[in-house]
Amino acid sequence: MMIMKRLMALVCAAMIPAVVLTACSGDKTDSSSSIVVGIPQDLEDSLDPHEAVAAGTKEILFNIYEGLLKPDENGELVPAVAESYSVSEDGMTYSFNLRDDVKFHDGKNVTAEDVKYSIEKSAGKLGGNSLIGAFDNINEVSVRNNDTVDITLNEPDIDFPAYIANLNASIIPKDNAKPAENPIGTGPYKYVSRSPQENIILKKFDGYWGTPANIENITLKIIPNADSIVMNLNGGAVDMFARLTSAQTQQLNSNFNILEGEMNLVQAVYLNHSVKPFDNVDVCRALSYAVDVDNILELTSDKKGFPVGSSMFPAFKKYYVDLSDSYPTDKEKAKELLAKAGYQDGFTFSITVPSNYQPHVEAAQVVSQQLKDIGVNAEIKLVEWNTWLSDVYAGRQYEATLIGVDASSLTATAMLDRFVSGADNNFTNYSNAEYDALYEKLYSTPTDAGRTEIYKELQKNLAVNAANIYIQDMAEFVALSDKYEGYVFYPLYVQDFAKIKLKTQ
Amino acid sequence: MKTVFKKLFTFVITVLLVTLFVFIAFELIPGDAATARLGINATPEALSVLREELGLTRPFFVRYFSWLFSFFFGDMGTSYSYGVSVRSMLASKLPITLTLTLMSFVMVVVLSIPIGVITSKYEDRPASKIIDVIGQLTMSIPPFFLGIIVTYVFGMILHLFVPGGFVSYNVNFGKFLGYLVFPSFAIALPKAAMSTKLLKTSILSERKLDYVRTAYSRGNSTTDVMYKHVLKNAIIPVITFLGMTLADIVAGSLVIEQVFSIPGYGRLLITSISNRDYAVVQAIIAIIAMLVIIINLIVDILYQVLDPRLRGN
Repeated sequence: MMIMKRLMALVCAAMIPAVVLTACSGDKTDSSSSIVVGIPQDLEDSLDPHEAVAAGTKEILFNIYEGLLKPDENGELVPAVAESYSVSEDGMTYSFNLRDDVKFHDGKNVTAEDVKYSIEKSAGKLGGNSLIGAFDNINEVSVRNNDTVDITLNEPDIDFPAYIANLNASIIPKDNAKPAENPIGTGPYKYVSRSPQENIILKKFDGYWGTPANIENITLKIIPNADSIVMNLNGGAVDMFARLTSAQTQQLNSNFNILEGEMNLVQAVYLNHSVKPFDNVDVCRALSYAVDVDNILELTSDKKGFPVGSSMFPAFKKYYVDLSDSYPTDKEKAKELLAKAGYQDGFTFSITVPSNYQPHVEAAQVVSQQLKDIGVNAEIKLVEWNTWLSDVYAGRQYEATLIGVDASSLTATAMLDRFVSGADNNFTNYSNAEYDALYEKLYSTPTDAGRTEIYKELQKNLAVNAANIYIQDMAEFVALSDKYEGYVFYPLYVQDFAKIKLKTQ
Repeated sequence: MKTVFKKLFTFVITVLLVTLFVFIAFELIPGDAATARLGINATPEALSVLREELGLTRPFFVRYFSWLFSFFFGDMGTSYSYGVSVRSMLASKLPITLTLTLMSFVMVVVLSIPIGVITSKYEDRPASKIIDVIGQLTMSIPPFFLGIIVTYVFGMILHLFVPGGFVSYNVNFGKFLGYLVFPSFAIALPKAAMSTKLLKTSILSERKLDYVRTAYSRGNSTTDVMYKHVLKNAIIPVITFLGMTLADIVAGSLVIEQVFSIPGYGRLLITSISNRDYAVVQAIIAIIAMLVIIINLIVDILYQVLDPRLRGN
């Protein structure tokens, strides 16, 4: 009996705080210059810029780190830690003149030694891997004087400045033993703290050399569950979220401005050319004729999105050729081509799609439906992301996969090098002698105009041979609370927080 | 003492088996920590360098036993995806999951015992029937969906909390508890309904027994009979149920954490699985196994306290 009474008393006592606390949990501190930005995944690979791999990590680290050069919102390379650079006559040596007012977040000045260390570390010369393949071409990094660093290459590479602007080539202090746990860079925001799966806190860096950031404090809140994103935004827990789907934006309340840009990737049904029947160009063309891109956009994204016809997206203005009408929807022609290839009765294949990318899953469903019209049965196989990486991307054990491919650096080759026969990253096993020959010609073409022409030819080659069933560069939606303004889209996978500011009343 | 040893033995065997199964599962599913980290930048060379660095090239049993050995000495290893010690990561998240679990459990007890007693007393009244129907309804809603409904009703309509506005315990403990009230409620409701129903049927069947009639004939009041005799016997199956429920609540909290954006063990477990971060996964699963076994131990002890008949055995 005593026990029962005590139990009851305990139960009642436990109830009181629960009820009282409910009343005081509803308000959110609203400091004048802070913003809560929702991100769909934690930065799980590394906070060390030379080891960061995931696009979602790099786009955040962009605010903390800078290279000698960095991309701007027009896709141009602008000087960052370096003030200027020059190339030797033979194209083998790049000399970078450093700014003298660049400070690291710990207050120390950036020295030429730090730059040498960073580039060597990034190039894998101090052990480990280099995430920038083109850095294998670096012969030597030498300090000429306090303000100048020379980088000598083994052979000329006109794209070298673009690689130098890659986040993986960021400048970090030589004396920082643990860059992954204690990230120190030169960017407009400095790292404050993190709590795994909860948040990452950034603070404006007052010693920034360039245009300072506007918002003082940034909390990056991790919201992996797609269903919770809209609730978090509407409930007021989050002020901004990038890369929303059009369906999500339609559920937002009027406190948000929806900004529309492009994701800067090529969404396509990538075909494995070493499995039958995708080794037959007529089959690939037939599928391209059968797929109706406008219909996909209408059904999956409210007609938002930019149809593309080859492996290049429109933000690469200089290199981009519009090939989106290479295969106007024509089911009769598709059937003819199939018959010509000996598949008059159609065939069955599987489209592997990573299940965590809902837009790709939806697009795959529409494609599968459309292909039924020409007697082709496309089964959708949903796999988890890591399985996709290991089976499809690395193992190339698949027939077709619907995915978006983006550019790791601001170079046309970042989109096109993966279709050269035998390339490490050629996960589609595309093999075309003409393509390889064209690509080879790039090495002997020193002029920018000449190379641009070749890039266009390469894109046409992919389109003519229907290397993949090209769909679109997807529309990107950013929800930004109407208290803020100044969000800018980049032609790269980047979130630039420094330009966001409070709206002036 | 014997019971404690027996439980300890069960614990060791359980952790051993569970972690071994997790290890085997990681062997079978495609991808490892290296492919997870390098993503589409993975080249065969880069993968082999990273695998060497992470110690993934060692044979299966060497990896398993070296993990197990360190674990029993308190070293949970280093997370592949965060590069920090698993122990510090889990220690910082433990208060979150633990509070959520305990709060839900308290709610189950608080809701079910009084309601069970009252509805059994006024069994024939319409209000009691309505409570029965509501109970039946909540029992059949999966916690995940209930979580969404709770968020919608209490967060979006009544504005009692900001959905996703989780505040960590080390920032503001009051707000932390305040936020957890709603997810705890979502976990507790179906369990409370089941427990209420169980208690009610248990009381009703006890009331038909002879000792109750004897108690009345001795001149005890209805209340006295209820609390001094009937409830003491009727509560035993409910305690068993609550013990099992607590283990269920731990599992439920892993799910509910997703809905309410609570960065506890559930979130960490799910992302660590997709990152193939087996040091973290192993540690969390071992801790959960440990929790469940400790809970069972407490239930067993509680039995002996409440039911003198069991003490002799």
